[in-house]
Amino acid sequence: MSAILDIRGLTRTHGAGEQAVHALRDVSLAVAPGELVAVMGPSGSGKSTLLTCAGGLDQPTSGEILVDGNDIATLGRSAVAALRRRRIGYVFQDFNLIPALTAAENVALPLELDGTRTRAARKYAEAALQEVGIDELADRFPEDMSGGQRQRVAIARAIVGERRLLLADEPTGALDSETGEAVLRLLRDRCDQHGIAGVLVTHDARHAAWADRVLYLRDGVLVGQAGPLPAADSLLQESR
Amino acid sequence: MSIKHGLLALLREEPKYGYQLRGEFEEATGAIWPLNIGQVYTTLTRLERDGLVRAAAEPVADDGRSRYEITDAGRAELAVWFETPVTRESRPRDELAIKLALALAAPGVDVSAVVQRQRAATMQSLQELTRLKRGDREGEISWLLVLESMIFAAEAEIRWLDHCEAMLLRHRGRPAKPPEQYAEPAADPAEANR
Ligand SMILES: Nc1ncnc2c1ncn2[C@@H]1O[C@H](COP(=O)(O)OP(=O)(O)O)[C@@H](O)[C@H]1O
Ligand SMILES: [Mg+2]
Repeated sequence: MSAILDIRGLTRTHGAGEQAVHALRDVSLAVAPGELVAVMGPSGSGKSTLLTCAGGLDQPTSGEILVDGNDIATLGRSAVAALRRRRIGYVFQDFNLIPALTAAENVALPLELDGTRTRAARKYAEAALQEVGIDELADRFPEDMSGGQRQRVAIARAIVGERRLLLADEPTGALDSETGEAVLRLLRDRCDQHGIAGVLVTHDARHAAWADRVLYLRDGVLVGQAGPLPAADSLLQESR
Repeated sequence: MSIKHGLLALLREEPKYGYQLRGEFEEATGAIWPLNIGQVYTTLTRLERDGLVRAAAEPVADDGRSRYEITDAGRAELAVWFETPVTRESRPRDELAIKLALALAAPGVDVSAVVQRQRAATMQSLQELTRLKRGDREGEISWLLVLESMIFAAEAEIRWLDHCEAMLLRHRGRPAKPPEQYAEPAADPAEANR
């Protein structure tokens, strides 16, 4: 099966010369439909940069990023924006929900920005909320929800419509362990049942263990991985 | 792992055959500690010698073996077991800690590589344990407890390995890259400690 996310030789450097910070160096990674990959590494190792590049929010200094076969670097600005709205979902540690909008309105927003009529967008939003198990909270505002409920809304927003790639940057960072585990179960189910490709950044080994593969970043370099998939072994780099 | 006390616990309610004890032991612990029938009979023989169980009079199975029942001394022994916390010293020596300590002492061993290999291996077991948990949404509580105990242990080992790695880095310094280049403006201090 061809990968939904295919990153080849990704390097991201901030600044130049003496001051250059190599956030990522020659990182390659392919994520197949239905696969969940976890990325672990100390603070500053490049995890968020990997996700923002994969999601078209940041540009690589060199290397290729293909999402569903589209090379982000060669797409125009508006095409990348459209790809982001239609195919890529983000989940962040701090949920990033708009406080003035209800759960359903938050979830429907990317669709409406993309030109979907309000009523249709609402229907999709309700379906997404149902899939994450909180359809009864559709008309609630974020401030009237628990952390776990808010994160479910954020996940519903990330999967609404026909998303193919789910990028989650420490989605459990602000949740207690039990709620965090429920979020992982949810991400796992999305990948298993809907063929979504997921990339999850986490500090928590217990949560990373829900992934098919766990990648380790150190100072912008992939230094190893864990996972029982035989295909994964070929990518293994013991150490620098 | 005390097979002896495990068997006594299973005999608390009623007399049982050896094969029955083996099955129930594995059921309770999710087959994480597989017992062979030989281990069960060896343990029962020792328990009988020590007066903690005895062969029950009736009924005898087809192979001529009888059921075992717990004695009063056996019940007392079991009560003490449940009342006494397991001490860390009674566990086997930690081979991993010893290996890392020796790797540090031995010249020419790439300790970071040892740490990373171990972390990947432990993560792989953690993934397998998680898969078991995933497949078993309404599992038996006793089995889930055992599973979680192994998950916590694997998790703790990984955290300890992360800690070792951070300590090694601090110990050696990082001359190739001045630290100020790595200062992340919005760094969460709690995150760095994990
Ligand atoms: N805009 C930027 N300018 C300069 N350096 C940056 C910028 N964004 C990130 N970095 C640096 O890139 C490295 C990787 O950052 P990041 O991807 O956020 O790491 P992580 O998410 O693993 O904590 C860090 O050293 C960080 O300071
Ligand atoms: Mg980050």
